[in-house]
Amino acid sequence: MLQQKHLLGLEGYPAEDIQTIIDTAFTFREVLDRPIKKVPSLQGKTIVNLFFENSTRTRISFELAQKRLSADTVNFSASTSSLKKGETFKDTAQNIEAMKIDAVVMRHPTPGAPLHLTQHINSIVINAGDGTHEHPTQAILDMTSLHEKFGYLKGLKVGIIGDISHSRVALSNIHGLKTMGAEVTLCGPSTLIPPFAEDLGVSVNYNVDEVIEWADALNVLRIQRERMGGGLLPSVREYRNLFGISTERLSNHKKEIVIMHPGPINRGVEIDSSVADSDQAIILDQVLNGVASRMAILYLLLGGKQEEGNS
Amino acid sequence: MKTTKLKKQVVLKGGMILDPMKETLKKGDVLIENGKMKSIGKVTPTKSADVIDCSGLIVTHGFCDIHVHFREPGREDKETLDSGSLAALAGGFTRVCVMPNTNPPLDSPESIRYTVDRGEECPIHIHPIGAITKSQNGKELTEMGAMLSEGAVAFSDDGLPVTDTGMMRNALEYATMFDVPIINHAEDLCLKKDGVMHEGKISTQLGLPASPDITESNMVHRDLELTQLTGACLHVPHVSSAKSTDHIRQMKKSNNKITAEVTPHHLFFTDEDLITYNTDLKVAPPIRTQADQKALIKGAKDGTFDCIATDHAPHTIEEKEGTFDLAPFGMIGLESCFGAVNRVLVKENKFDIIRLIQMLSVNPRKIMGFETDLFTNGNPAELTIFDPNKKWTFKKSDIYSRSHNSPFIGEALIGRVRATIVKGHITALV
Ligand SMILES: [Zn+2]
Repeated sequence: MLQQKHLLGLEGYPAEDIQTIIDTAFTFREVLDRPIKKVPSLQGKTIVNLFFENSTRTRISFELAQKRLSADTVNFSASTSSLKKGETFKDTAQNIEAMKIDAVVMRHPTPGAPLHLTQHINSIVINAGDGTHEHPTQAILDMTSLHEKFGYLKGLKVGIIGDISHSRVALSNIHGLKTMGAEVTLCGPSTLIPPFAEDLGVSVNYNVDEVIEWADALNVLRIQRERMGGGLLPSVREYRNLFGISTERLSNHKKEIVIMHPGPINRGVEIDSSVADSDQAIILDQVLNGVASRMAILYLLLGGKQEEGNS
Repeated sequence: MKTTKLKKQVVLKGGMILDPMKETLKKGDVLIENGKMKSIGKVTPTKSADVIDCSGLIVTHGFCDIHVHFREPGREDKETLDSGSLAALAGGFTRVCVMPNTNPPLDSPESIRYTVDRGEECPIHIHPIGAITKSQNGKELTEMGAMLSEGAVAFSDDGLPVTDTGMMRNALEYATMFDVPIINHAEDLCLKKDGVMHEGKISTQLGLPASPDITESNMVHRDLELTQLTGACLHVPHVSSAKSTDHIRQMKKSNNKITAEVTPHHLFFTDEDLITYNTDLKVAPPIRTQADQKALIKGAKDGTFDCIATDHAPHTIEEKEGTFDLAPFGMIGLESCFGAVNRVLVKENKFDIIRLIQMLSVNPRKIMGFETDLFTNGNPAELTIFDPNKKWTFKKSDIYSRSHNSPFIGEALIGRVRATIVKGHITALV
């Protein structure tokens, strides 16, 4: 049903497939609203959640999606340091494959690791974030949330605010939104925006007020405290003053825009509590849509073919 | 590949003789007697002579690569002087200069002596390049004088740049006493940081940490200025960017002590080839953009680059099979060199084949002060025989190196080495 066997990233991913995933996510949203939130779609399928990096939220979201679809799941937390000690990435991959599984959901700190995995195993690979490269399921759940809110994506104006250079969420959102016909503007400190960002077909604006004025929705990224006080950013206070999404800043604009955040939130840094908890924020919808979108992706990649072959 | 001892008389019959010294290419035979050049032209073989049919082939000077890593001592699992020699022979190389970043590094007269002695047991000529600083730590000069007496031919901390500008000045200053080239791997490590590829659209798409072209050109420019200041010989290795090429071209106009090399991989690939995270293309300095590639080709054409060097850098499968961040920098290049540069320069960019052979034979020998007139009667035969038009696909089975980290596997090459003659033996590729 989807054209590609794996979901590695949204760069070059077909628009019709993104739309199919979003539409399917909406049908699973209904399932999640039922008293018994479980369907037998992936009964008998085994999925390994292979996490080389801690990410409680993403792992729980995937795990829940798998359980709601009645798949068998195994969690495998590996550390890349064990790889450095001798066991190669290939060994780890082949060991897992030997256990006769159907799909691997992988989080890895290195860009390209999921593609690399597909070269060593036959199972379906779903990228749950590869370093500073892509995080396609996050972008799909973001787009599902935008679609739910606005009813369309084409022509939508989305500002992505924060540390773009180190963000897989930004890169996947850029590719996905561009493919779906939305307009994207990146905003953040110039040291945290890749020098070649505009080559990806987006605009760059360092003035957050202008971006707020322009945008229909903002995707506010987490600013990691490790970046502060080094060579890239002078201080939390400076970041907050220049880019923080505060109630005061938003109140200067007449139009009420939608606020998203992939979590976890640094309250008082990139976003104020009052904004994060306000009606214009759809942060908790994103969490719920995360489960629904991941159900849709798993269903379409692992089980959709046999059951809905003609639709 | 088969190596046999040369018969008393060997005649290379009916080929085209390419003389890179006289810049001629004409039909003729070569007579080798007792392993030495006897005559060139029309040869009537005696009954007992070994006649080798060279029709359709070009016979020329043995290729010389002044930049290879043979990993001995220390990482004999990756390459040894013996296995590296086989890779060289397969690529038509009769002579190489090995870089000193072994373990321990070649930073003493004793280690230079060891390499020279070991090289004598090998089927090709091997010359060690000594380290500029002890342990390649960039802090203390090595005993260059004594190392030269033992057989070092140049100095380099390759793999690492000499970061400290004062230290680089001292090294160049000191080397003026001996008039030997200093070779600096130019990358500004402060700007490179954890960069694993060229910074551009592709690195942005791949989400990989990257470094811009001035990471190289900045230091190349520094080295050129220091050369101007000191009057030393500077050889710039593996130039990868348009900007460095411009700096070198400019400075060469007024300084004839500057030479430079370009690699087959920087001429052949662009950063777009990294789109699949192929770790075999992870190299330092990195593969850059199409614009840089064009500038390098132009630099080869106008003589900014004196020679081709492969920077043959073997790494184990285990290391290269890891993820992109962990994989070491470098690729092997001896076996695929001629087919790659002949395709890019001669076949695709109308480069004169004589010029290309000069960049593979006479010019690198000149830089290192080796004998260049290989066709002189009485000199030991050191020849390469190749088919200039053979189209072939480079395969794993074409590799003789102990390592297999080549991005050329699967690539269509044009021109293929058929045989190599050196040290009284002929190696034929079957
Ligand atoms: Zn180097």
